Amino acid sequence: MTGQKTDPVLVEARRLAGDPEDSYRDRIVAALYARAQTIAYRTVKVAPAPCQDFDWRLDAILTSRLWGYPIMLALLAVVFWLTLKGANYPSALLASLLFAFQDILTSLFHQLGAPAWLHGIVVLGMYRTLAWVVAVMLPPMAIFFPLFTLLEDLGYLPRIAFNLDNFFKKAGAHGKQALTMCMGFGCNAAGVVGCRIIDSPRERLLAILTNNFSPCNGRLPTLITLAAIFMGGLLTTAAGAVAATLTVAGIILLGIVLMFFTSWLLSRTLLKGVPSSFTLELPPYRPPQVLRVITRSVLDRTLYVLARAVLVAAPAGAFTWVLANVHLGAFSIIDHMAGWLQPLGKAVGLDGYILLAFILGLPANEIVIPILLMSYLSIGMLTEVDSLATLGEILVRHGWTWVTALNVMLFSLMHWPCGTTLLTIYKETKSLKWPLLAAVIPTALGLAACFLVKLLAGLLGAALGG
Amino acid sequence: MSTITSLSNLRPGSSGEVVSLQAWGLTRRRLLDLGLVPGTRVVALRRSPSGDPTAFFIRGATIALRREEGRQVLVRTV
Amino acid sequence: MGLTNQATGFRTLRENFLPARTGSYLVALAGNPNAGKSTVFNALTGLRQHTGNWPGKTVLQARGRFTHQGHTFNLVDLPGTYSLLANSAEEQVARDFICFGRPDVTVVVVDATCLERNLNLVLQVIETTTAVVVCLNLMDEARRKNIVIDVPLLAGELGVPVVPAAARKGEGLGRLKDVIAAVATGAMRPVPTPIIYDDDIEAAAARLVGQLQPHLKGRLNARWVALRLLEGDATLLQGIQQFLGVDLSEPGIKLQVKEVLA
Repeated sequence: MTGQKTDPVLVEARRLAGDPEDSYRDRIVAALYARAQTIAYRTVKVAPAPCQDFDWRLDAILTSRLWGYPIMLALLAVVFWLTLKGANYPSALLASLLFAFQDILTSLFHQLGAPAWLHGIVVLGMYRTLAWVVAVMLPPMAIFFPLFTLLEDLGYLPRIAFNLDNFFKKAGAHGKQALTMCMGFGCNAAGVVGCRIIDSPRERLLAILTNNFSPCNGRLPTLITLAAIFMGGLLTTAAGAVAATLTVAGIILLGIVLMFFTSWLLSRTLLKGVPSSFTLELPPYRPPQVLRVITRSVLDRTLYVLARAVLVAAPAGAFTWVLANVHLGAFSIIDHMAGWLQPLGKAVGLDGYILLAFILGLPANEIVIPILLMSYLSIGMLTEVDSLATLGEILVRHGWTWVTALNVMLFSLMHWPCGTTLLTIYKETKSLKWPLLAAVIPTALGLAACFLVKLLAGLLGAALGG
Repeated sequence: MSTITSLSNLRPGSSGEVVSLQAWGLTRRRLLDLGLVPGTRVVALRRSPSGDPTAFFIRGATIALRREEGRQVLVRTV
Repeated sequence: MGLTNQATGFRTLRENFLPARTGSYLVALAGNPNAGKSTVFNALTGLRQHTGNWPGKTVLQARGRFTHQGHTFNLVDLPGTYSLLANSAEEQVARDFICFGRPDVTVVVVDATCLERNLNLVLQVIETTTAVVVCLNLMDEARRKNIVIDVPLLAGELGVPVVPAAARKGEGLGRLKDVIAAVATGAMRPVPTPIIYDDDIEAAAARLVGQLQPHLKGRLNARWVALRLLEGDATLLQGIQQFLGVDLSEPGIKLQVKEVLA
């Protein structure tokens, strides 16, 4: 610190040290700013004292020492509560509509005398997966994203970065990683591309490798659905809705904690280095154009979900139906595959079918639950899954408890990124090493977490039972 | 009397006038680009709830700087 | 480390920027972060890509087009930057496009509520190229904050046309298109007011300009290149070599630069 030094001393010291302020660059930049100042002075007629009062007062609340973090957590909880509560009804409506149409399709196929395998691939495979994806994915997305976008338009995201930067610094990461993390909630592939806003290569890699800890578009609805069934008691009571909301918010927070932890670990091992310089602009708050944002983002999400459903879910559904209905010996292909995975699955409190669904879900996380249902249902009777309650019933019939549900949620948070994201990481880093690492790290953490939960739940059960 | 101190020592609510930059290379260029040239008036607005970074009002924009960068900017308190 | 300059800089520029120019005009959109650049882009092109309120959202350069007065204009939304001094990947992309992408018009979107800070970028752009239009955006916010700007005087000071606008409300966009078309077709020829530096810099720049002119052959503004060399901007030398095929760091030329600096 240089307190109390007077000007001439400082000037002299600078001269002795070979002052960089005499460099051409400094003088050029200073001249540019001086000219800008002159022009602004001449042309801006009425410039009252900086009229930033409103912004500063809002910042005093949103980034306050006392309220900054509680407000962040509360906003997170409110957004998820609204999503959970609000998605329930449209989901049920969409499901009953879409599955009613499935019956029409089925009778049409029968009338036309179509062979059973064609009906199976097209209706039971493609159409049903598509219907599931649309019914389960669309409503939460169409509620979550407009809310998130409103916060974004207001200018709240840079404040999140401002609030959290110190933790990023301690983890050896860049403050703008908070922004790419937020982008990851939309889509991890987009989040990975967004990491270009981070200049330093080391910190950019940290952000790329940890982006997957933001549960994306395709995973949030899985979390929300499972929480609603197993933690929220189908959301029939207020207490249930609160429990489900807290579970989802807890999983998201866990993801954020793991993101910090992994960044910290990496910057002390594989990606050693000190944080580079960091500046972040806090833009003025702007009143969001509420109506436009809502219509725009509902429409965007609908198109996005529909496009993904057609491009990924339908083919994957056909493929899975074939796997589930072609028999080798007494069992279908899917049963054989799940059988191989069963020991590992059971060891970490999941089962072979769940692991298989995650593996087959590599193209897109949206299809994990539909694939799982189809493989479960191929064994027993064909049921129409047109409500949370029937979905819950099917899962319970296949041995699920709240521990299984929690583990599936944890594994959904922590497993390999989807195919698109892995490809994007490869494109962004031009090396196979980083996508591989981006897959191995969360998978290892996920298996460990599931194992731990199973162990603890076992101990808890023994303690309560004994 | 005005004293010379660094931007990171400027208490929120107080202002200073940039005297010189003690940074070199890329960091120096970035700080210059933000408008931190000698003579620029800077107001320290507020610190992050975790103590760092600090938001400054620099030439009409609010910009957050970490302590490491703020230390490299010498200001005369106003 | 897996990340190379190519992932962010030059390759992107080559692949995405340099367009096939057949009978249409190329317009670059530059501006500070949060000056409402993406909103102007959407308003001009009719595209509806979402514009978030945080710096750095335009990582991938959006492209769009519009037609006006019978001409087609290809619009490129450059990353938001405070300066063109190429201190970051975004700045380098923006600068390389303005210098080497050779847009017919460069529109600088300026936040009217924060004119002084935004002028820094405008001044740097008008040093680089003359075909510049300033879009004085967020006029609605400026009005709300009782900020009154003398637009004709501002245009006079800068030497380039200035169009006030409020892109969110669609204000001023018709006139902006008119002015873009006028500058693109050559009906309007802006004459930017040069920035005069101190005598030292001016003398050094003048000597360099003389040496540079035979190499640049009018493809770049020699005074601007001279000033960047005086600043010690190495990325520009790379750019010149890459896009113009002139190696200014060849021993002979480099010696002369050093001489001036000495």
